[in-house]
Amino acid sequence: MSSRDRILGRVRRALVDVPPDDAPPPVPERPGRHPRYEREVSRDYLRQHGDRNTEETVDLLAENLADYRAIVHRCDAEELPRLIAHLLGERGSNTVLVPPALEQGWLTAIEVTLVADRPDSTPHELDRVDSVVTGCAVAVAETGTLVLDGSPDQGRRRITLVPDHHICVVRVPGQVVSSVPQALERLDPTRPLTWISGPSATSDIELDRVEGVHGPRTLEVVLVSGE
Amino acid sequence: MSATFVGMPGSPAFPAFPRAAHDAVRDTTLRGNLRHATHTIRAKRAAAVAEMPDWAALRAAGRQIKDHTLRHLDWYLVRVEEAVTAAGGTVHWAADADEANRIVAGLVKATGESEVVKVKSMATQEIGLNEALEAAGIRAYETDLAELIVQLGHDRPSHILVPAIHRNRGEIRDIFRSEMSRWGRPAPEGLTDAPAELAEAARLHLREKFLRAKVGISGANFVVAETGTLVVVESEGNGRMCLTLPETLISVVGIEKIVPTWRDLEVFLQTLPRSSTAERMNPYTSMWTGTTDGDGPETFHLVLLDNGRTDTLADEVGRQALRCIRCSACLNVCPVYERAGGHAYGSVYPGPIGAILSPQLRGTASEIDASLPYASSLCGACYEVCPVAIDIPEVLVHLRERVVEGGPATRAGNKVLLKPAKGHAAERAAMRAARWALTRPGALRGGQRLASRTRRFHPRTLPGPGRAWTGTRDLPPVPAEPFRDWWQRTHGGPGGKDAK
Repeated sequence: MSSRDRILGRVRRALVDVPPDDAPPPVPERPGRHPRYEREVSRDYLRQHGDRNTEETVDLLAENLADYRAIVHRCDAEELPRLIAHLLGERGSNTVLVPPALEQGWLTAIEVTLVADRPDSTPHELDRVDSVVTGCAVAVAETGTLVLDGSPDQGRRRITLVPDHHICVVRVPGQVVSSVPQALERLDPTRPLTWISGPSATSDIELDRVEGVHGPRTLEVVLVSGE
Repeated sequence: MSATFVGMPGSPAFPAFPRAAHDAVRDTTLRGNLRHATHTIRAKRAAAVAEMPDWAALRAAGRQIKDHTLRHLDWYLVRVEEAVTAAGGTVHWAADADEANRIVAGLVKATGESEVVKVKSMATQEIGLNEALEAAGIRAYETDLAELIVQLGHDRPSHILVPAIHRNRGEIRDIFRSEMSRWGRPAPEGLTDAPAELAEAARLHLREKFLRAKVGISGANFVVAETGTLVVVESEGNGRMCLTLPETLISVVGIEKIVPTWRDLEVFLQTLPRSSTAERMNPYTSMWTGTTDGDGPETFHLVLLDNGRTDTLADEVGRQALRCIRCSACLNVCPVYERAGGHAYGSVYPGPIGAILSPQLRGTASEIDASLPYASSLCGACYEVCPVAIDIPEVLVHLRERVVEGGPATRAGNKVLLKPAKGHAAERAAMRAARWALTRPGALRGGQRLASRTRRFHPRTLPGPGRAWTGTRDLPPVPAEPFRDWWQRTHGGPGGKDAK
């Protein structure tokens, strides 16, 4: 007997107390919406916490990002290229990595060397790059979280991981949601997803939080309006 | 019948909890480290939970989602297999630790590699994977900072979330200075005990391993049956490194980690970070579904692990332990854990959840496992903080009954009849005597009066088998007058003077 059959057999024998009419729901027709399963799980928790208008939601995002030591900047679409150039200059970056379909206009003011992310670029090559600039898929205000989904303006997961400095541009208010439930609704589970809340951190030494272990030690978030 | 192996490799037998805790509570450094850490996280967690007015509803939903999954686990396991396979992954089934280790070692060997990078994973600790790989000539590097401290220190983890919680910064610096050079890049010259410097040393040491690694090994916090998506929640970025840079990824996941739908993550992504690290959200969460062309590993293997979980599932009271999402909130509030430390539990699962999980996964045959249901004051704080509402005290009492009385249980898929454990004869005799006396009011009254009148002559410690009990407790003094006599005297008659 294969281990698969052995384990499934053990599970079935373990569940002899479960009434036979208590059958599992069929495969849901769409994510999380099968009526029978929904009856078994009461979802009377909140879809978001607190009533906020759009502006307040964006403010909360900025506040929670900053609370987790991300550096937050705000500007409008016109100012964005100069702000990005300024941030790279301030950092002293000589090379900047960009995903394949980053908005061209964002980089018109920069003077540093652009590095394209090629499928065959090695982790060591990425390690030599100073900064990375990406867009994002959605940002969650209540938790101060950015979600990247590997779209062409965000690139592969590794490019926002290996370089030490990440500038992430969030279009507000269009890409901002209030809560985790609202974010999940917008995301496609078949894509590789990375949720980022502040820069890399550890609390393993006496539960003191230290920013910066393996991921980028500096996370700068630009909330750009009027895009 | 082979025993389920649950961690603590190289040490075949662990002393019972009271003996292990006996020394730990006298270690003042350990108690200081633990007290500082647990009190810090306790206060932070309370604040993080207080931000959520719907916490009780989230907790209830989490419990219902997990219970539903467990009640239909066979069905959901097959869904996971279908979904992961459809997304380009390969699914393997492992009935016990040996089988899981054999599968993983075989998969690593097939790549031709002799070293792997690992994300912290309770499941792989539980099965002793690192040691099994070592025996197969494969070196496994732990990459979580706390796991690295434990691995370099030739130590054992003592907390689910912060395995090196028992170490302070000075001890960590000493370990890095003396051990890092044996595993790769040595610690920087003049390393101090500042946490930022220690983290930097770990960054430099591990980066060379991440950048050359061809095989990564992980666990998972959740597996979504509907989509085949795996979720890993972490803070440092070591998880992202191991999950995305290698060409091959092998994830070893307990069969209880399944949630039915994508939407269910909305519950656990709100409760897990706040319960574990007391954050609104942990810095990094990675989700992947099979493989993605050009992004991340080209080969993905999922190893579904039983190792005693189906035996636990067969216990109608105890199966709720499988709801556990390994947040470690119960450890941080437990007065027993705070004083005894994680090592005394003799398992990779310490604290209150370990006290119910280990004896169920491993059975209660060994001394340590028979003692774990007693490693609690039954104060109930663990139940209060549990984000999936596991009634740990209920399961503890249930397991105490199993230890003392024996009875039916399931081991390695087979129904067995457990004998009462040795060493509990006095307890059983006392309970039998109590049952006899409590059903005979006359005898009880006589006995109580006799006890009151002879109180002057009572010893301070019990003789014989009771000696161990009074070795750590004061024997309660017998009152000068039994309660029932006092009631009659002060309230005049059996019904009391106020009786209508």
